[in-house]
Amino acid sequence: MEALHRRRLLGAAGAVATVGLFGPDVWAQAKDRLVIGMSLEPPVLDPTKNAAAAIRELTCPSVYESLGRIDRTGAVGPGLAASWTVSTDGKEYTFKLRSGVKFHDGEALDASVVKFSLDRLFAPGSTVPAKSLYTDIGKVEAVDSTTVKITLKSPNSYLLYNLSLGDAGIMHPKSAATNDKHPVGTGPFVFQGRKEGDSVSFAKFSGYRDAAAIKLNSVIFKVVKDPSAQVNALLAGDVDTFPGFQAPELVARLRKDARFAVVVGTTEGEVILATNNGKKPFNDLKVRQAMAHAINRKDLIEAESGFGTPIGSHFPPHNKAYIDLTGTYPFDIAKGKALLAEAGYPNGFDASLKLPPVGYAQRAGEVLASQLGKIGIKVAITQLQWPQWLSEVFKEHNYDLTVVAHTEANDLDRYARDGYYWNYNSPAFKAKWREVVEATDFARRDELLKECQRIIARDAVNGFLYQLAKIGVWKKELVGMWENSPTPSVDLTGVHWKA
Amino acid sequence: MNGFGARAARHIGFQVGVVLLALFVGTALLSLVWTPYAVDALQMRSKLLPASAEHLLGTDHLGRDVLSRIMVGARTSLAVGLIAVGLGMSVGVALGAWAAARGGWVDEMLSRASDLVFAFPAVLIAILITSVLGASAGNAILAIAIFNVPVFARVTRGAALAMWSRDFVRAAVALGRAPVGITLRHVLPNIASVLIVQATIQFAVAILAEAGLSYLGLGAQPPTPSWGGMLRDAQTYIFQAPELAIWPGLAIAMAVLGLNMLGDGLRDLLDPRLRLLRVG
Repeated sequence: MEALHRRRLLGAAGAVATVGLFGPDVWAQAKDRLVIGMSLEPPVLDPTKNAAAAIRELTCPSVYESLGRIDRTGAVGPGLAASWTVSTDGKEYTFKLRSGVKFHDGEALDASVVKFSLDRLFAPGSTVPAKSLYTDIGKVEAVDSTTVKITLKSPNSYLLYNLSLGDAGIMHPKSAATNDKHPVGTGPFVFQGRKEGDSVSFAKFSGYRDAAAIKLNSVIFKVVKDPSAQVNALLAGDVDTFPGFQAPELVARLRKDARFAVVVGTTEGEVILATNNGKKPFNDLKVRQAMAHAINRKDLIEAESGFGTPIGSHFPPHNKAYIDLTGTYPFDIAKGKALLAEAGYPNGFDASLKLPPVGYAQRAGEVLASQLGKIGIKVAITQLQWPQWLSEVFKEHNYDLTVVAHTEANDLDRYARDGYYWNYNSPAFKAKWREVVEATDFARRDELLKECQRIIARDAVNGFLYQLAKIGVWKKELVGMWENSPTPSVDLTGVHWKA
Repeated sequence: MNGFGARAARHIGFQVGVVLLALFVGTALLSLVWTPYAVDALQMRSKLLPASAEHLLGTDHLGRDVLSRIMVGARTSLAVGLIAVGLGMSVGVALGAWAAARGGWVDEMLSRASDLVFAFPAVLIAILITSVLGASAGNAILAIAIFNVPVFARVTRGAALAMWSRDFVRAAVALGRAPVGITLRHVLPNIASVLIVQATIQFAVAILAEAGLSYLGLGAQPPTPSWGGMLRDAQTYIFQAPELAIWPGLAIAMAVLGLNMLGDGLRDLLDPRLRLLRVG
């Protein structure tokens, strides 16, 4: 006991000494060096090999760039393609590439490289996680060294957007196979090294086409999983920013500190009470409507310390095609009970609620269990780890209810997919979604999107709870960080320290 | 047992243990019939309130009364501890007594089997079991029971072996009594005090293990209150409401401390050899 005690004391003394030795050094470099805190660690560093959002946040567009580029408002602008034209039938896209673009290993970008990258996405044997976004592509041709022509099987109004995602990052045939461990792209930052479980570091790419505009010389992504540890890392100065701070209950603490800016923005993340529509009794519309009437969004958002915007369908409120459908089935316990009785469950029923290990799901889970209990649905909560959740709930559909945030943009298409985990099958929605995808007129598309929102709201497919807020925390001297999160990426091209 | 009362009256540690245990069991029993508020009554408007006359220990992040949850949490801990130690003890004592009575390959096999279980850290086994079978209070009980088995088997075997070499047991063997009869009539009653002491200490370990599993989300599932689960919920509010972590932490510490002091006290009071040492 004595020895253990002493060793611990020595350890503590060692830690103090280390801070003393290296502390001032860190400060001296701080002007072009940025340490970014992340909640989750990327499993690999290649977005075409794994669906984890953390990969895109780290590497897109810092390492991998796409033909188009999604800006801080979510709009698509030129990326590796300087310009493009679309044929009137919406089936032919011709991209003009920027010239003089180099990969980190010195290889040049040309049309054949783009063709190689895009062919990988939709090839029959492709295992790219976002494959379904690109299956409308018929063929990709390298017309000349800087011109790429894409021909679609049928029009797809999301094609430009999808080609601007990190999922469609342009990779070189020479490095594509090893990108998961050692990413090589055309972006402004070169991969330096990775410490598993700790950090991934990048340095400025001197051969970047607009190198003068990049002000940061060294960028380190540091993984800090525990929310309290995240706050401590910020307070201690170990980390300069958490672009996606995930513990709303701790924001009050950070707001008290004058060194930090806390910026609340929007995300594409809809938090839903996902419901297994393929399973009794949830296959009954009346049961789902009853549940919708039992949900009190105000309390759910209150449990998130007030961060979040109520939603009545699966669509982000900041989108211009959004319509407020929160009143479709308003909070009304008596109505909920009556509907349950009509459906043949006057005494309610038992249901399982399987929760992934994230704060918002844990909190919403307990609140929902209490709310559904009021109309007689006895909810038994089971807490799962991510791998269990992915296999039991997402792959095997062995669940009644779960709470999860869907953070992808334009993800209404999930409701048109066969065999997606909530087992919703509506020919009406599928037809409407096809219209959305094929609409070439964007004003018309917005109208169609509104109809899509209405269909799933009316069908009460899932419990639509609230839109996650993006809570960004950074040192006040840091300029250019994104307030909103229109796509999972930490875009550092415009970020710098105030001189 | 003559003089037990008198000795107990002089043993401060034992008395503190009894008081703490009585408080723990009393709280758990009281929670069956009365709590200040319903434990699952969410009141979002009154969340994270500090201690007041209305809520003696304040409210948690969902506006639930912390005192009520501590009380029901005591019930969860008590139930998990009692059942798990009861199960582990029944199986462990039976196996240990069998090993001691039979000797030979049975003894060898059971000893190695318990070595095998001992070779893994107990909490790791519990995590393994609950993640394979699913997280629930039932599986937490099973997991804790399983790592209790070899503890009791070993203690029973050691104490029983000593008994088997005693003259009165040898006499019973010479008279031709069956080993089962001898074990039940002569061996077990004479090692009961050792087992009671061990059970008390294992009870404390089980409560700690249950809290640990619940903290990891592998024990009693929410909204069922458990001290470990309350600690876990509290940790993200540590800057806003540190007392949320203090109350369940204190409850766990008091229950474990009480049981350990009770166990130590019982050992002092029941073990004749220690008593002699004290006198000498």
